[in-house]
Amino acid sequence: MLDQYTGVAIMLLMAIGIAGGMVLMTSILGPKKRFADKMEPFECGESQLVSPRQRFSVKFYLVAVLFVLFDIEAVFFFPWAILFKRLGVFGFVEMLLFILILGVGLMYVWRRGGLDWE
Amino acid sequence: MITELLITLAKILFIIGVTVGFFAPILTWVERKQSAIMQDRIGANRADILGFTALGLFHAIADALKMFTKEDFIPEGANKILHTLSPIIAVIPAILTFAVVPFGGVYNLFGREVNLVISDLDVGLLFVFAIASIATYGYVIAGWSSNNNWSLLGSMRTASQMISYEVTMGLTIIGVLMVYGSMRLTEIGAIQEDFSRWGIFLQPLGFLMFLTAAIAENKRIPFDNPEAESEIVAGYFTEYSGLKFGMFFMSEFIEMVTISAIVTILFFGAWHIPFLTTATLLSWFEILGTTGANLLVMLIHVGVFFAKVIFFIWMQMTIRWTLPRFRYDQIMKLGWKILLPLSLTNVLVTGIVILMLH
Repeated sequence: MLDQYTGVAIMLLMAIGIAGGMVLMTSILGPKKRFADKMEPFECGESQLVSPRQRFSVKFYLVAVLFVLFDIEAVFFFPWAILFKRLGVFGFVEMLLFILILGVGLMYVWRRGGLDWE
Repeated sequence: MITELLITLAKILFIIGVTVGFFAPILTWVERKQSAIMQDRIGANRADILGFTALGLFHAIADALKMFTKEDFIPEGANKILHTLSPIIAVIPAILTFAVVPFGGVYNLFGREVNLVISDLDVGLLFVFAIASIATYGYVIAGWSSNNNWSLLGSMRTASQMISYEVTMGLTIIGVLMVYGSMRLTEIGAIQEDFSRWGIFLQPLGFLMFLTAAIAENKRIPFDNPEAESEIVAGYFTEYSGLKFGMFFMSEFIEMVTISAIVTILFFGAWHIPFLTTATLLSWFEILGTTGANLLVMLIHVGVFFAKVIFFIWMQMTIRWTLPRFRYDQIMKLGWKILLPLSLTNVLVTGIVILMLH
Protein backbone atom coordinates (compact mmCIF):
# COMPACT_ATOMS: atom_id res chain seq x y z
CA MET A 1 0.00 0.00 0.00
CA LEU A 2 1.41 3.34 -1.03
CA ASP A 3 1.55 6.14 1.46
CA GLN A 4 -1.37 8.46 0.82
CA TYR A 5 0.92 11.42 0.23
CA THR A 6 2.98 9.70 -2.49
CA GLY A 7 0.58 10.92 -5.16
CA VAL A 8 0.75 14.46 -3.80
CA ALA A 9 4.55 14.34 -3.86
CA ILE A 10 4.68 13.12 -7.48
CA MET A 11 2.11 15.73 -8.46
CA LEU A 12 4.14 18.46 -6.73
CA LEU A 13 7.28 17.44 -8.63
CA MET A 14 5.38 17.46 -11.93
CA ALA A 15 3.83 20.86 -11.17
CA ILE A 16 7.27 22.27 -10.37
CA GLY A 17 8.54 20.74 -13.60
CA ILE A 18 5.75 22.24 -15.69
CA ALA A 19 5.99 25.70 -14.11
CA GLY A 20 9.79 25.75 -14.18
CA GLY A 21 9.86 24.46 -17.74
CA MET A 22 7.48 27.16 -18.90
CA VAL A 23 9.56 29.95 -17.37
CA LEU A 24 12.72 28.42 -18.83
CA MET A 25 11.17 28.07 -22.30
CA THR A 26 9.88 31.63 -22.43
CA SER A 27 13.21 33.06 -21.32
CA ILE A 28 15.07 31.02 -23.95
CA LEU A 29 12.66 31.34 -26.89
CA GLY A 30 11.76 35.02 -26.69
CA PRO A 31 13.77 37.79 -28.37
CA LYS A 32 15.95 40.03 -26.22
CA LYS A 33 16.33 43.68 -27.13
CA ARG A 34 17.34 45.93 -24.27
CA PHE A 35 17.50 49.72 -24.37
CA ALA A 36 17.20 52.21 -21.55
CA ASP A 37 13.77 53.68 -22.32
CA LYS A 38 12.17 50.28 -22.64
CA MET A 39 13.54 48.93 -19.40
CA GLU A 40 11.80 51.62 -17.35
CA PRO A 41 8.90 50.40 -15.25
CA PHE A 42 5.54 51.31 -16.81
CA GLU A 43 3.91 54.45 -15.51
CA CYS A 44 1.55 55.69 -18.23
CA GLY A 45 4.32 57.21 -20.30
CA GLU A 46 5.97 59.09 -17.46
CA SER A 47 9.25 58.27 -15.85
CA GLN A 48 8.64 56.93 -12.41
CA LEU A 49 7.68 59.79 -10.07
CA VAL A 50 7.88 57.89 -6.81
CA SER A 51 9.68 54.67 -6.16
CA PRO A 52 7.44 51.86 -4.99
CA ARG A 53 10.30 50.75 -2.77
CA GLN A 54 9.84 53.51 -0.21
CA ARG A 55 8.00 52.88 3.03
CA PHE A 56 4.25 52.97 2.70
CA SER A 57 1.42 52.74 5.17
CA VAL A 58 -0.30 49.40 4.99
CA LYS A 59 -3.93 50.41 5.43
CA PHE A 60 -5.21 46.91 5.73
CA TYR A 61 -2.94 45.71 8.52
CA LEU A 62 -6.09 45.49 10.65
CA VAL A 63 -7.59 43.16 8.06
CA ALA A 64 -4.48 41.03 8.31
CA VAL A 65 -4.80 40.83 12.10
CA LEU A 66 -8.48 39.96 11.81
CA PHE A 67 -7.61 37.35 9.21
CA VAL A 68 -5.29 35.57 11.62
CA LEU A 69 -7.98 35.65 14.29
CA PHE A 70 -10.84 34.38 12.16
CA ASP A 71 -8.82 31.91 10.14
CA ILE A 72 -7.79 30.23 13.38
CA GLU A 73 -11.46 30.22 14.30
CA ALA A 74 -12.24 28.52 11.00
CA VAL A 75 -9.51 25.94 11.64
CA PHE A 76 -11.03 25.26 15.08
CA PHE A 77 -14.36 24.75 13.36
CA PHE A 78 -13.10 22.02 11.03
CA PRO A 79 -12.52 19.18 13.55
CA TRP A 80 -15.58 20.25 15.52
CA ALA A 81 -17.76 20.10 12.41
CA ILE A 82 -16.49 16.61 11.52
CA LEU A 83 -17.28 15.29 15.02
CA PHE A 84 -20.44 17.35 15.41
CA LYS A 85 -22.89 14.43 15.41
CA ARG A 86 -20.84 12.56 18.00
CA LEU A 87 -20.33 15.55 20.32
CA GLY A 88 -24.06 16.27 20.43
CA VAL A 89 -25.61 19.07 22.49
CA PHE A 90 -22.54 19.53 24.68
CA GLY A 91 -20.26 20.25 21.72
CA PHE A 92 -22.84 22.56 20.22
CA VAL A 93 -23.14 24.69 23.39
CA GLU A 94 -19.36 24.85 23.70
CA MET A 95 -19.05 26.09 20.13
CA LEU A 96 -21.91 28.53 20.71
CA LEU A 97 -19.89 30.15 23.50
CA PHE A 98 -16.82 30.24 21.24
CA ILE A 99 -18.78 31.90 18.43
CA LEU A 100 -20.31 34.36 20.89
CA ILE A 101 -16.92 35.43 22.21
CA LEU A 102 -15.60 35.92 18.69
CA GLY A 103 -18.85 37.59 17.69
CA VAL A 104 -18.37 40.15 20.45
CA GLY A 105 -14.88 40.77 19.06
CA LEU A 106 -16.24 41.17 15.55
CA MET A 107 -18.95 43.57 16.78
CA TYR A 108 -16.29 45.61 18.60
CA VAL A 109 -14.13 45.97 15.48
CA TRP A 110 -17.24 46.71 13.43
CA ARG A 111 -18.47 49.47 15.76
CA ARG A 112 -15.01 51.01 16.01
CA GLY A 113 -14.94 51.30 12.22
CA GLY A 114 -12.15 48.77 11.68
CA LEU A 115 -14.01 47.26 8.72
CA ASP A 116 -14.76 50.55 6.98
CA TRP A 117 -12.83 51.73 3.95
CA GLU A 118 -12.38 55.31 2.93
CA MET B 1 3.43 -1.76 -5.25
CA ILE B 2 4.72 -1.14 -8.78
CA THR B 3 1.21 -1.50 -10.24
CA GLU B 4 -0.17 0.95 -7.71
CA LEU B 5 2.54 3.42 -8.55
CA LEU B 6 1.75 3.01 -12.24
CA ILE B 7 -1.97 3.54 -11.60
CA THR B 8 -1.20 6.68 -9.57
CA LEU B 9 1.04 7.93 -12.37
CA ALA B 10 -1.68 7.29 -14.93
CA LYS B 11 -4.18 9.25 -12.86
CA ILE B 12 -1.74 12.14 -12.42
CA LEU B 13 -1.04 12.25 -16.15
CA PHE B 14 -4.78 12.21 -16.84
CA ILE B 15 -5.48 15.08 -14.43
CA ILE B 16 -2.55 17.19 -15.63
CA GLY B 17 -3.55 16.47 -19.21
CA VAL B 18 -7.12 17.55 -18.55
CA THR B 19 -6.28 20.70 -16.56
CA VAL B 20 -3.05 22.03 -18.06
CA GLY B 21 -3.38 20.44 -21.49
CA PHE B 22 -7.10 20.83 -22.12
CA PHE B 23 -8.96 23.24 -19.84
CA ALA B 24 -6.29 25.95 -19.49
CA PRO B 25 -5.79 26.58 -23.24
CA ILE B 26 -9.38 25.90 -24.29
CA LEU B 27 -10.86 28.21 -21.66
CA THR B 28 -8.95 31.21 -23.05
CA TRP B 29 -10.89 30.65 -26.26
CA VAL B 30 -14.17 29.82 -24.49
CA GLU B 31 -13.98 33.03 -22.50
CA ARG B 32 -13.61 35.13 -25.65
CA LYS B 33 -16.20 33.16 -27.56
CA GLN B 34 -18.75 33.36 -24.76
CA SER B 35 -18.26 37.11 -24.37
CA ALA B 36 -18.72 37.41 -28.12
CA ILE B 37 -21.97 35.45 -28.03
CA MET B 38 -23.27 37.38 -25.03
CA GLN B 39 -22.45 40.71 -26.67
CA ASP B 40 -23.79 39.66 -30.07
CA ARG B 41 -20.40 39.66 -31.77
CA ILE B 42 -18.86 36.96 -33.93
CA GLY B 43 -15.78 36.61 -31.80
CA ALA B 44 -12.59 34.63 -31.95
CA ASN B 45 -12.93 32.65 -35.19
CA ARG B 46 -10.05 33.78 -37.40
CA ALA B 47 -7.12 31.54 -36.56
CA ASP B 48 -6.93 28.76 -39.12
CA ILE B 49 -4.76 25.90 -40.24
CA LEU B 50 -4.91 25.48 -44.05
CA GLY B 51 -8.27 27.23 -44.13
CA PHE B 52 -9.88 25.17 -41.38
CA THR B 53 -10.97 27.36 -38.50
CA ALA B 54 -12.77 24.76 -36.33
CA LEU B 55 -14.95 27.52 -34.81
CA GLY B 56 -11.76 29.35 -33.85
CA LEU B 57 -10.47 26.59 -31.59
CA PHE B 58 -6.99 27.10 -33.05
CA HIS B 59 -6.85 30.41 -31.20
CA ALA B 60 -5.84 28.39 -28.15
CA ILE B 61 -2.80 27.05 -30.02
CA ALA B 62 -2.03 30.44 -31.53
CA ASP B 63 -2.13 32.05 -28.10
CA ALA B 64 0.20 29.47 -26.62
CA LEU B 65 2.69 29.84 -29.52
CA LYS B 66 2.57 33.61 -29.28
CA MET B 67 3.20 33.65 -25.56
CA PHE B 68 6.14 31.25 -25.87
CA THR B 69 7.87 33.45 -28.43
CA LYS B 70 7.31 36.84 -26.77
CA GLU B 71 10.13 38.60 -24.98
CA ASP B 72 10.46 37.83 -21.31
CA PHE B 73 10.62 41.36 -19.95
CA ILE B 74 12.00 42.28 -16.54
CA PRO B 75 11.96 46.03 -15.80
CA GLU B 76 14.88 48.02 -14.46
CA GLY B 77 15.23 47.79 -10.71
CA ALA B 78 13.01 44.74 -10.38
CA ASN B 79 14.04 41.87 -8.18
CA LYS B 80 14.94 39.37 -10.92
CA ILE B 81 14.73 36.23 -8.79
CA LEU B 82 11.37 37.03 -7.20
CA HIS B 83 10.01 38.35 -10.49
CA THR B 84 10.75 34.98 -12.09
CA LEU B 85 9.68 32.94 -9.10
CA SER B 86 6.23 34.44 -8.54
CA PRO B 87 4.44 32.99 -11.60
CA ILE B 88 5.84 29.60 -10.60
CA ILE B 89 4.45 30.03 -7.08
CA ALA B 90 1.10 31.00 -8.58
CA VAL B 91 0.82 28.00 -10.93
CA ILE B 92 2.00 25.16 -8.68
CA PRO B 93 -0.84 25.38 -6.09
CA ALA B 94 -3.41 25.62 -8.87
CA ILE B 95 -2.23 22.27 -10.30
CA LEU B 96 -1.51 20.66 -6.94
CA THR B 97 -5.01 21.12 -5.47
CA PHE B 98 -6.24 18.61 -8.03
CA ALA B 99 -4.32 15.86 -6.24
CA VAL B 100 -7.21 15.34 -3.81
CA VAL B 101 -10.12 16.01 -6.17
CA PRO B 102 -11.88 12.74 -7.03
CA PHE B 103 -13.20 12.52 -10.59
CA GLY B 104 -15.03 9.24 -10.13
CA GLY B 105 -15.88 6.58 -7.59
CA VAL B 106 -14.26 3.25 -6.76
CA TYR B 107 -14.35 0.59 -9.51
CA ASN B 108 -13.43 -3.03 -9.60
CA LEU B 109 -11.16 -3.40 -12.61
CA PHE B 110 -9.27 -6.65 -13.33
CA GLY B 111 -9.77 -7.81 -9.74
CA ARG B 112 -8.34 -4.59 -8.36
CA GLU B 113 -10.07 -1.72 -6.58
CA VAL B 114 -9.35 1.45 -8.53
CA ASN B 115 -10.16 4.69 -6.73
CA LEU B 116 -10.37 7.61 -9.15
CA VAL B 117 -8.48 10.11 -7.03
CA ILE B 118 -4.74 10.71 -6.99
CA SER B 119 -4.38 10.94 -3.21
CA ASP B 120 -7.35 10.01 -1.05
CA LEU B 121 -6.36 12.23 1.89
CA ASP B 122 -8.45 12.18 5.06
CA VAL B 123 -7.98 15.96 5.29
CA GLY B 124 -8.87 16.48 1.62
CA LEU B 125 -10.83 19.69 1.86
CA LEU B 126 -8.37 21.26 4.29
CA PHE B 127 -5.57 20.34 1.88
CA VAL B 128 -7.36 22.18 -0.92
CA PHE B 129 -7.67 25.34 1.17
CA ALA B 130 -4.14 25.11 2.53
CA ILE B 131 -2.54 24.69 -0.89
CA ALA B 132 -4.79 27.19 -2.66
CA SER B 133 -3.88 29.92 -0.17
CA ILE B 134 -0.17 29.55 -1.00
CA ALA B 135 -0.97 31.12 -4.38
CA THR B 136 -1.53 34.44 -2.56
CA TYR B 137 2.25 34.65 -2.08
CA GLY B 138 2.76 34.37 -5.83
CA TYR B 139 0.49 37.32 -6.57
CA VAL B 140 1.78 39.52 -3.75
CA ILE B 141 5.43 38.85 -4.59
CA ALA B 142 4.70 39.48 -8.28
CA GLY B 143 3.40 42.95 -7.51
CA TRP B 144 6.10 43.87 -5.09
CA SER B 145 9.07 42.60 -7.10
CA SER B 146 8.13 44.49 -10.29
CA ASN B 147 9.31 47.89 -9.01
CA ASN B 148 6.14 49.43 -10.38
CA ASN B 149 3.58 51.51 -8.50
CA TRP B 150 0.58 49.98 -10.25
CA SER B 151 1.83 46.50 -9.48
CA LEU B 152 2.33 47.42 -5.84
CA LEU B 153 -1.23 48.73 -5.58
CA GLY B 154 -2.48 45.57 -7.24
CA SER B 155 -0.56 43.29 -4.92
CA MET B 156 -1.81 45.15 -1.85
CA ARG B 157 -5.37 44.80 -3.05
CA THR B 158 -4.74 41.12 -3.75
CA ALA B 159 -3.35 40.52 -0.30
CA SER B 160 -6.23 42.10 1.57
CA GLN B 161 -8.93 40.68 -0.69
CA MET B 162 -7.58 37.14 -0.74
CA ILE B 163 -7.05 36.87 3.00
CA SER B 164 -10.49 38.36 3.68
CA TYR B 165 -12.24 35.85 1.48
CA GLU B 166 -10.15 32.95 2.67
CA VAL B 167 -11.77 33.29 6.09
CA THR B 168 -15.24 33.39 4.56
CA MET B 169 -14.53 30.50 2.21
CA GLY B 170 -13.37 28.38 5.14
CA LEU B 171 -16.44 29.21 7.21
CA THR B 172 -18.99 28.68 4.44
CA ILE B 173 -18.19 24.99 4.07
CA ILE B 174 -18.37 24.22 7.81
CA GLY B 175 -22.08 23.51 7.31
CA VAL B 176 -21.25 20.94 4.62
CA LEU B 177 -18.72 19.26 6.88
CA MET B 178 -21.30 19.09 9.69
CA VAL B 179 -23.85 17.45 7.40
CA TYR B 180 -21.49 14.87 5.91
CA GLY B 181 -19.19 14.40 8.89
CA SER B 182 -16.08 14.00 6.73
CA MET B 183 -13.38 16.04 5.03
CA ARG B 184 -12.50 13.21 2.65
CA LEU B 185 -13.76 14.38 -0.74
CA THR B 186 -14.27 10.80 -1.97
CA GLU B 187 -16.49 10.09 1.02
CA ILE B 188 -18.52 13.28 0.55
CA GLY B 189 -18.96 12.31 -3.09
CA ALA B 190 -19.98 8.73 -2.24
CA ILE B 191 -22.65 9.87 0.25
CA GLN B 192 -24.34 11.88 -2.49
CA GLU B 193 -25.28 8.76 -4.42
CA ASP B 194 -28.64 9.36 -2.72
CA PHE B 195 -30.22 12.24 -4.66
CA SER B 196 -31.99 13.61 -1.56
CA ARG B 197 -28.62 14.06 0.14
CA TRP B 198 -27.04 16.32 -2.47
CA GLY B 199 -25.36 19.30 -0.86
CA ILE B 200 -27.52 21.82 -2.68
CA PHE B 201 -30.62 20.55 -0.83
CA LEU B 202 -28.92 20.31 2.55
CA GLN B 203 -26.88 23.51 2.34
CA PRO B 204 -28.40 25.86 -0.25
CA LEU B 205 -27.12 28.98 1.50
CA GLY B 206 -23.73 27.35 1.90
CA PHE B 207 -23.57 26.81 -1.86
CA LEU B 208 -24.33 30.44 -2.71
CA MET B 209 -21.86 31.77 -0.16
CA PHE B 210 -19.13 29.32 -1.15
CA LEU B 211 -19.46 30.14 -4.85
CA THR B 212 -19.32 33.89 -4.11
CA ALA B 213 -16.30 33.55 -1.84
CA ALA B 214 -14.55 31.23 -4.28
CA ILE B 215 -15.00 33.61 -7.23
CA ALA B 216 -13.71 36.45 -5.05
CA GLU B 217 -10.75 34.31 -4.03
CA ASN B 218 -10.00 33.66 -7.69
CA LYS B 219 -10.11 37.43 -8.36
CA ARG B 220 -12.48 37.21 -11.29
CA ILE B 221 -15.02 39.86 -12.25
CA PRO B 222 -17.01 41.14 -10.31
CA PHE B 223 -14.17 40.84 -7.79
CA ASP B 224 -11.23 41.62 -10.07
CA ASN B 225 -10.01 44.76 -8.28
CA PRO B 226 -6.43 43.45 -7.92
CA GLU B 227 -6.08 43.64 -11.71
CA ALA B 228 -8.70 46.29 -12.48
CA GLU B 229 -7.52 47.44 -15.90
CA SER B 230 -9.45 50.72 -15.85
CA GLU B 231 -7.98 51.75 -12.49
CA ILE B 232 -4.49 50.35 -12.03
CA VAL B 233 -3.43 49.29 -15.56
CA ALA B 234 -3.20 45.54 -14.94
CA GLY B 235 -2.52 45.34 -11.24
CA TYR B 236 0.06 42.89 -10.04
CA PHE B 237 1.06 41.61 -13.51
CA THR B 238 1.56 44.99 -15.19
CA GLU B 239 5.25 44.23 -15.74
CA TYR B 240 4.81 40.66 -16.92
CA SER B 241 5.03 39.56 -20.52
CA GLY B 242 5.19 36.40 -22.53
CA LEU B 243 4.49 33.09 -20.89
CA LYS B 244 5.09 34.46 -17.40
CA PHE B 245 2.02 36.61 -17.92
CA GLY B 246 0.30 33.60 -19.42
CA MET B 247 1.08 31.57 -16.31
CA PHE B 248 -0.96 33.95 -14.15
CA PHE B 249 -3.83 33.50 -16.55
CA MET B 250 -3.32 29.77 -16.60
CA SER B 251 -3.49 29.56 -12.82
CA GLU B 252 -6.69 31.62 -12.88
CA PHE B 253 -8.30 29.27 -15.37
CA ILE B 254 -7.14 26.14 -13.58
CA GLU B 255 -8.47 27.54 -10.31
CA MET B 256 -11.76 28.11 -12.06
CA VAL B 257 -11.83 24.40 -12.90
CA THR B 258 -10.91 23.57 -9.30
CA ILE B 259 -13.74 25.72 -7.94
CA SER B 260 -16.19 24.05 -10.30
CA ALA B 261 -14.92 20.61 -9.28
CA ILE B 262 -15.19 21.38 -5.55
CA VAL B 263 -18.68 22.84 -6.01
CA THR B 264 -19.70 19.74 -7.95
CA ILE B 265 -18.35 17.41 -5.28
CA LEU B 266 -19.70 19.29 -2.27
CA PHE B 267 -23.09 20.40 -3.56
CA PHE B 268 -24.04 18.69 -6.80
CA GLY B 269 -23.62 14.99 -6.28
CA ALA B 270 -20.05 14.64 -7.57
CA TRP B 271 -20.01 11.91 -10.25
CA HIS B 272 -23.52 10.57 -9.55
CA ILE B 273 -26.56 10.77 -11.80
CA PRO B 274 -29.79 11.59 -9.90
CA PHE B 275 -31.85 8.49 -8.99
CA LEU B 276 -29.30 6.16 -10.64
CA THR B 277 -27.14 4.35 -8.12
CA THR B 278 -23.89 2.71 -9.14
CA ALA B 279 -25.42 -0.69 -8.41
CA THR B 280 -28.29 -0.04 -10.86
CA LEU B 281 -25.88 1.06 -13.55
CA LEU B 282 -23.72 -2.01 -12.94
CA SER B 283 -26.73 -4.31 -13.21
CA TRP B 284 -27.63 -2.82 -16.59
CA PHE B 285 -24.25 -3.70 -18.04
CA GLU B 286 -23.97 -7.06 -16.25
CA ILE B 287 -23.69 -8.79 -19.61
CA LEU B 288 -20.21 -7.31 -20.16
CA GLY B 289 -18.70 -9.08 -17.16
CA THR B 290 -17.40 -7.44 -13.99
CA THR B 291 -14.50 -5.56 -15.53
CA GLY B 292 -16.39 -4.52 -18.64
CA ALA B 293 -19.39 -3.25 -16.68
CA ASN B 294 -17.16 -1.42 -14.20
CA LEU B 295 -15.16 0.11 -17.02
CA LEU B 296 -18.29 1.39 -18.73
CA VAL B 297 -19.76 2.76 -15.48
CA MET B 298 -16.41 4.43 -14.76
CA LEU B 299 -16.45 6.16 -18.15
CA ILE B 300 -20.05 7.30 -17.59
CA HIS B 301 -19.22 8.66 -14.13
CA VAL B 302 -16.12 10.51 -15.29
CA GLY B 303 -18.16 11.95 -18.15
CA VAL B 304 -20.96 13.05 -15.82
CA PHE B 305 -18.47 14.61 -13.42
CA PHE B 306 -16.75 16.66 -16.10
CA ALA B 307 -20.10 17.63 -17.62
CA LYS B 308 -21.07 19.12 -14.26
CA VAL B 309 -17.68 20.81 -13.97
CA ILE B 310 -18.10 22.34 -17.43
CA PHE B 311 -21.55 23.59 -16.44
CA PHE B 312 -20.11 25.47 -13.47
CA ILE B 313 -17.29 26.88 -15.58
CA TRP B 314 -19.95 28.16 -17.96
CA MET B 315 -21.79 29.66 -15.00
CA GLN B 316 -18.68 31.48 -13.77
CA MET B 317 -18.07 32.83 -17.26
CA THR B 318 -21.66 34.03 -17.52
CA ILE B 319 -21.30 35.80 -14.16
CA ARG B 320 -18.04 37.34 -15.37
CA TRP B 321 -19.60 38.82 -18.50
CA THR B 322 -22.84 39.89 -16.81
CA LEU B 323 -21.78 41.86 -13.75
CA PRO B 324 -19.74 45.07 -13.55
CA ARG B 325 -16.80 45.33 -11.17
CA PHE B 326 -17.61 46.09 -7.54
CA ARG B 327 -15.97 48.94 -5.72
CA TYR B 328 -13.22 47.96 -3.34
CA ASP B 329 -15.06 48.97 -0.16
CA GLN B 330 -18.09 47.02 -1.39
CA ILE B 331 -15.97 43.89 -1.76
CA MET B 332 -14.59 44.28 1.75
CA LYS B 333 -18.06 44.97 3.11
CA LEU B 334 -19.49 41.90 1.40
CA GLY B 335 -16.74 39.72 2.81
CA TRP B 336 -16.58 40.93 6.40
CA LYS B 337 -20.00 42.38 7.13
CA ILE B 338 -22.32 40.13 5.14
CA LEU B 339 -20.75 36.78 4.29
CA LEU B 340 -18.89 36.28 7.59
CA PRO B 341 -21.89 36.80 9.94
CA LEU B 342 -24.12 34.94 7.49
CA SER B 343 -21.81 31.93 7.39
CA LEU B 344 -21.63 31.85 11.20
CA THR B 345 -25.44 31.95 11.31
CA ASN B 346 -25.52 29.15 8.75
CA VAL B 347 -23.31 27.05 11.02
CA LEU B 348 -25.59 27.69 14.01
CA VAL B 349 -28.80 26.94 12.09
CA THR B 350 -27.30 23.77 10.60
CA GLY B 351 -26.24 22.71 14.10
CA ILE B 352 -29.70 23.28 15.57
CA VAL B 353 -31.42 21.41 12.72
CA ILE B 354 -29.05 18.43 12.98
CA LEU B 355 -29.50 18.31 16.75
CA MET B 356 -33.27 18.40 16.39
CA LEU B 357 -33.29 15.59 13.82
CA HIS B 358 -31.12 13.29 15.94
